[in-house]
Amino acid sequence: MKRLVVSLLSGSLFGSGLLISGMTDTAKVQGWLDILGHWDPTLAFVMAGAIMPMSVAWVITAKNTPLFDLNFSMPTNKRIDVPLVTGSLLFGMGWALAGLCPGPSIAALGFGGSGVILFFFAMIVGMLSTKFLPHKSASLADG
Amino acid sequence: MFADWIYGLLGGLLIGLGGLTLLVFNGRIMGASGILGKLIETGQANEKFERLIFLAGVFGAPLIILNFADLHETNITTNPFQLITAGLLVGAGTRIANGCTSGHGVCGISRLSIRGLIATAAYIMAGALTMAFLRSFWGII
Repeated sequence: MKRLVVSLLSGSLFGSGLLISGMTDTAKVQGWLDILGHWDPTLAFVMAGAIMPMSVAWVITAKNTPLFDLNFSMPTNKRIDVPLVTGSLLFGMGWALAGLCPGPSIAALGFGGSGVILFFFAMIVGMLSTKFLPHKSASLADG
Repeated sequence: MFADWIYGLLGGLLIGLGGLTLLVFNGRIMGASGILGKLIETGQANEKFERLIFLAGVFGAPLIILNFADLHETNITTNPFQLITAGLLVGAGTRIANGCTSGHGVCGISRLSIRGLIATAAYIMAGALTMAFLRSFWGII
């Protein structure tokens, strides 16, 4: 039960942050990627803001076990493989094309109208389609 | 909008706190594509309810905040071909690479993970090139 409360709290913080930071505004995301045009630096601040608490989190985890679990579910793979790079390249193309990545597409699903809904279901299809691929990047914890 | 960067920083802090909470308490990495992807995959049902509850928070919290702040603007395109192509690329790409902006970006970079850094460099580079061609050169989007 307490793990579920943590999940809800974490998701709520994440969703709130995505909305407030402007990550659900596709114009801001596309502006960040539009380095030859009217470049928007906002996403650098979002990333900087997010990395600060996460760095603290990694320091805490280095010496402790999780409060509500026996151990951390952690990526152990350090290999730079083809799926890691090709998958990220495909993702980047789609990210630019619509201005949404997975988190913000969920955060905007309830208020973004039919455009976000269409993107979301196409994303689900894309995710499910990888089940038929032989080579995914080594499956780890949630990445 | 004036002082976009303050909202960016504040929102970023909340995103990071979400990641901190999930990691320190539940011992899990906050990656949106992994949490969603493993929820919808058939088969092993480990932690599916936790994933669903997490996503309910991501979905629900903005709807509550929107009652107090006018942040409704998504500026999303209405072109269905563009939306479907983008969705397919994002869905397939993040699952093939096993991570997206939250997992590889926020969690990976803060952990100084080489995989996270390489993935982030790759998707930002691909995104910037795509924008350069589609907006600056061809004026399509």
